[in-house]
Amino acid sequence: MTTDLLAFANAVAAGEVAVVDLTHTLSPEFPTIVMPPELGQCAPFRMEEVSRYDERGPAWYWNNISMGEHTGTHFDAPVHWISGKDLPNNSVDTIAPANFIAPAVVIDISQQSAANPDYELTVADVAAWEQAHGRIPPRHWVLLRTDWSKRTGRDYANMREDGQHSPGPCPEVVRFLVEERDLLGLGTETIGTDAGQAFHFNPPYPAHFYMHGKGRYGLQCLANLDLLPPTGSVILAAPLKIRRGSGSPLRVLALVPRRD
Amino acid sequence: MTEPLQRPKRKDPLKKTRVPLLPQGVRSRTALGLTAAAAEGRFQLQVCSECGAVVYPPRDACPRCLSARLPFQDVADGGTLLAETTIRTSTDVYFRERMPWRIGTVQLDTGPSVVAHLHGDLVEGERVRLALKIDKSGQAIAIALPASDTPHMADDPQWRELTCDPKFRRVLIADGRTAVGQALALAMSEAGASIVFVGVADPWKPFPGEDRLRKIERVEVVALDLTDTISVNECAGEFAPRVDILVNNAEYVRTGGLLERKGLTVAREELEMRYFGLTRLAQAFGPVLRARGADGVNSAAAFVNLLSVYALVNWPAYGAFSATEAACLSAAQSLRAELRPGGVKVLNAFFGPLETEWYQAVPPPKVAPLALARAVVHALQQGLEDVFVGDVAQDIRARLAVNPKALERELGA
Repeated sequence: MTTDLLAFANAVAAGEVAVVDLTHTLSPEFPTIVMPPELGQCAPFRMEEVSRYDERGPAWYWNNISMGEHTGTHFDAPVHWISGKDLPNNSVDTIAPANFIAPAVVIDISQQSAANPDYELTVADVAAWEQAHGRIPPRHWVLLRTDWSKRTGRDYANMREDGQHSPGPCPEVVRFLVEERDLLGLGTETIGTDAGQAFHFNPPYPAHFYMHGKGRYGLQCLANLDLLPPTGSVILAAPLKIRRGSGSPLRVLALVPRRD
Repeated sequence: MTEPLQRPKRKDPLKKTRVPLLPQGVRSRTALGLTAAAAEGRFQLQVCSECGAVVYPPRDACPRCLSARLPFQDVADGGTLLAETTIRTSTDVYFRERMPWRIGTVQLDTGPSVVAHLHGDLVEGERVRLALKIDKSGQAIAIALPASDTPHMADDPQWRELTCDPKFRRVLIADGRTAVGQALALAMSEAGASIVFVGVADPWKPFPGEDRLRKIERVEVVALDLTDTISVNECAGEFAPRVDILVNNAEYVRTGGLLERKGLTVAREELEMRYFGLTRLAQAFGPVLRARGADGVNSAAAFVNLLSVYALVNWPAYGAFSATEAACLSAAQSLRAELRPGGVKVLNAFFGPLETEWYQAVPPPKVAPLALARAVVHALQQGLEDVFVGDVAQDIRARLAVNPKALERELGA
């Protein structure tokens, strides 16, 4: 039987399927990940006007833009981490495009994160979620709702003298999601897929280490996860096709069926 | 006695802003020797290498022995005010709107007599110090000052016309995240600036000294990221008409020459912060500064660049950094010519290693941030164009003048 894509398009047009934008606006002020200053840094978003209906181009307005691969709402490819460096199809240009359209489950730890900015998602949290919503099916995005995207500026980055403080997964739960649940990737609202203090975990940055080591993907700096149901949404997340790119800023959209 | 300067009233928005006018600014090539001395606050005249005569005005041959060997040298600045004249009318448009204007004849102890501008506190027959200063046209003039300092001396209108005193002016410090930026904010506030705007980039990143910075009197922290054109333009859009002195204290200090650095990421950041940062500030604030060069007591006065002295000659241990500083120096020279029609000065403050984290491995002598800040304020109060702060900067300057190639080898050893 042929899939009726036209019916799907009609459903979108009729609003029976809501399109939720999970993307922050790319702007110069948006925080990027911070490394110690003697290390290489991810470039923030910048925009230079080429012309604006003026002597530089009388009838047109356009800009040159620059940024890092990991600036703003962005996609992490497996080659981003040393554990995924030798995998096949590990960069944004070689990942099979079918992976860019995939269903998602949303695990809500927003209350825990509000109480404790260093909150770590545990296997027990996932078990409790599955108790309510069923087992996480394979090849799904697991999106971690923390409501972190509702914070701005200093509260969003939440840098202190001992580093960044933001919620994320503990090492065991990442291994569990990869090995036991075959997730497609992890999506977060924070600046990384890992917790702010994940440098001190074992291994450091477990989400990056385990997920990319097994060819899984990351989405970070997502917004509007509170508008998604725990199950039933579909994510469109296609990074730019950058040759040997380790990631890319992108527009992330969620398709959500309207409940009657 | 000089009448103390009063805080200027807020500007009447119905009044036209006066177009900056300049005094006559043509000098012979030889006479530019005076400008070179004035730029650094030195008092230099030609001294004949043959007969020792001190010569003024500048000449191509010694009036006593006809020798052509007439180098400029530091000479004693003492003299006596022989005669004083108050000019009450002039056909020159610059002086016309600044009348009355006092000039006089000074007999220097070293020999020559000089027609000079006069500080208001001087009386005929008194002992004076003669100083060479850069006027609004960018050229050297001589001004006679009281032999010892008098109360409110810096407030004299003829003197203030030659200086860029922060008193009652509004200052913008480009980067308040650094120790030097915070020291500058304090020094400018102490020097009587009426507002000290201090730019802070990435407000989401905490930085050391932030609480102290915000507590400095008359400091207003504003959003300003020199690496972001939009941010610089937005800051200028809000504040440029109220900035009389702009201090570009952007810093990007990293070790290594061209080979130690892998790739261009660091070099790009360095150029973004330094060369492009300077360009952004110049484009956003420069036209307004230039238009406000004669805007009353708090007219636009100066664009200050903090530059490593290794802009003048490369220090390979910080080789790529030195190259970027050289680019900034070159841009500052262009800016100086571009701002001159507005009577706005470009002050370049050169310094060696600083007592800051990025020079941690460099042995002393190093310049403390507050010492640098105070030197910048002093240079503005003196109306200088170039100031060399600290032992290393002065040493490099001196060695470069004697033998540039030797210095290149020594720094690269």
